[in-house]
Amino acid sequence: MKILIKNGLVVDPANGISGEILDILVQGTKISRVAKNIKTGAEKVIDASGKIVMPGLVDMHVHLREPGREDKETVESGTTAAIKGGVTSLLAMPNTNPAIDSAGNVRLLKNIINKTAEANVFICAAITRGRLGKEITDIAKLKKEGVIAISEDGSSVDCEALMLDALQKAREEKILVISHCEDKTLSNNGMINLGFVSTRLGLRGISRESEYKRVDRDISLAEKIKSPLHIAHLSCKESVEIIAKAKKRGIKVSCETAPHYFVLSEEDLLGYDTNLKINPPLRGKGDISAIKKGLKDGTIDVIASDHAPHTENEKDVEFDHAEFGTIGLETELAVAITELVKKGFLDWQGLVEKMSLNPAKILGINRGTLGTGAEADIIVVDPDKEWVVTKENLVSKSRNSAFLDRRLNGVVCYTLCSGEAVYPP
Amino acid sequence: MWVKKDLLGLDDLTKEEIEFILATAESFKEVSSRSIKKVPALRGKTVVNLFYEPSTRTRVSFEVAAKRLSADVINISTETSSVRKGETLIDTGRNIQALNTDIIVIRHNCSGAALMLARHVDICVVNAGDGWHEHPTQALLDIFTLKEKFGKIDGLKVSIVGDIAHSRVARSNIWGLTKLGAKVTVCAPEMLIPVGIEQMNVRVTNDINDALKDADAVNVLRMQFERDAGGAFPKQLEYFKNFGITKERLKNAKKDIMIMHPGPLNRGVEIASDVADGDNSVILEQVTNGIAVRMAVLFLVAQARDKNSN
Repeated sequence: MKILIKNGLVVDPANGISGEILDILVQGTKISRVAKNIKTGAEKVIDASGKIVMPGLVDMHVHLREPGREDKETVESGTTAAIKGGVTSLLAMPNTNPAIDSAGNVRLLKNIINKTAEANVFICAAITRGRLGKEITDIAKLKKEGVIAISEDGSSVDCEALMLDALQKAREEKILVISHCEDKTLSNNGMINLGFVSTRLGLRGISRESEYKRVDRDISLAEKIKSPLHIAHLSCKESVEIIAKAKKRGIKVSCETAPHYFVLSEEDLLGYDTNLKINPPLRGKGDISAIKKGLKDGTIDVIASDHAPHTENEKDVEFDHAEFGTIGLETELAVAITELVKKGFLDWQGLVEKMSLNPAKILGINRGTLGTGAEADIIVVDPDKEWVVTKENLVSKSRNSAFLDRRLNGVVCYTLCSGEAVYPP
Repeated sequence: MWVKKDLLGLDDLTKEEIEFILATAESFKEVSSRSIKKVPALRGKTVVNLFYEPSTRTRVSFEVAAKRLSADVINISTETSSVRKGETLIDTGRNIQALNTDIIVIRHNCSGAALMLARHVDICVVNAGDGWHEHPTQALLDIFTLKEKFGKIDGLKVSIVGDIAHSRVARSNIWGLTKLGAKVTVCAPEMLIPVGIEQMNVRVTNDINDALKDADAVNVLRMQFERDAGGAFPKQLEYFKNFGITKERLKNAKKDIMIMHPGPLNRGVEIASDVADGDNSVILEQVTNGIAVRMAVLFLVAQARDKNSN
């Protein structure tokens, strides 16, 4: 099958293209040509005039909940949400039930992915068996099954020696370690950021130290054995500063933040909205500025959603009892366009770097580019079209979006995944 | 004027709204001194006391207040209700509403629970204490008692002593008092002072003598030892030694300093018996005034809802 995408404003930082009007010809699963005015017979022609054409997003932090919590999300529903949001590749986090901690469980997940996934799903396995923090998983075997990263996401590996060991083995196997940085003795069963808002609302606070001290620890461990390290969901200023310094020292550390950390603050919690109960928590205005600055100056490499679906039953309860997390696959691109591109913090090239090219590089996967011969994961985006996030227009199985009722710019018109026009359905 | 169907906290009230409740309470206070202590203001209305935490004083006070307004009162405590069977707060609220009741008075151990309930039912919700967040009727009765004695709140110096971090009484008092122009000092050991409390326009001190020195009134909070999970609390005797309100300490305070306590008292822990029972103590007057204040609140929210639905 040939698909021709005509007259789009192509943004492809991997090839130094920033907004030129070009045509893209897709043949089979690959991009076969990128040029002006391609004249060829194609089975499908997409008119992209006035639209942005960019590589499909690579979201390196997604909870698909399958196996185990199919009431919250499945591989099928999550990837359906992904392609609607422009995400063609995602990294599935291992905190499922059972946890993805063995070759057998990886095969189980791969089987589900092969049968039901609408987008490319890459697998992140757990660092320790059962995510219990006691015994390291068999990283070599996991790698052989196709796992591309390991993470304890949802918690941190508290034992320093164990984390060091994991970093060492991961380096040998050339597999990425992603660190969820949280010292639970410091976050102390908190609910929201520790500060005036937590005092005002009478909610137990989560200190900033609980995050950045663990960022600091894991970076020094990575430095010690010269292994690469990726830090997940940065939320506070101090973490950004620590990473900036580490990068200056030449340490191979990369990091991500999520859209809610550069848009929403603790003050948005004054109405006890449980959809804004997220871990790490929404912080202060100063943190939002630091995160945006970090994105702009390159300290923060990646924007990922930390898509964390929960049922209404788990969110429509007292704030103390509500689960942590917000969904994000369907809103991340529009939030980034509205809050970063339209407001001048990032240009289109920068956006594609943070949401596609950089995560692909960090994960070592062959995505994030529109070069000839590349995998044809392409999205066509109307950058101006306005929409409002409502429960009704979300397709994820869960509706716990931190951005409900928000007016956003940017709509995905077409998603191609491996040469197939998968969205709109 | 009062237009709200709920009373959830003093954080979201204006000075005028607070003053209106206090003025209404003043007119209701007289009812309790009659030989027939009843007015028909809420006749035919049903008030449900929904208590997720053990409480005697507040629940009885609401019950007496509702009965003096001629309302019917139902008490639900979660130890004996469907909550034990896993019913959610929202479902419980909707079921209570389906009984065609009019007001839910809720006490809950989670901050924000009263607000959540109010969003999910059309009937009135009165917060009788939610977690560490607010206990508005307690603060209103404290302020009512202060106003009765001093004639005004503006310019009064009020010190709140005790476990500020975990206290909904402290938070509600701070919002109410500062809105009415009082100068509020909070005093506690460092670890019981919550982050950023000074942004609520209060002075913070860790020195009990400093807190007592110029105060017109001191509101002594109960040490909530049952909340001490992490061992952050001082031992009882140590607390009494460093922060207890004693005759000795009051020698350096104003002669007529008013001694308040929301109860229940821990004698010999936060307050000495001779102070609690002494001439400056208004602790039992607070309890009496609680009836008038709660009558006013129940009356005003019910009236506002009736007006809104007309």
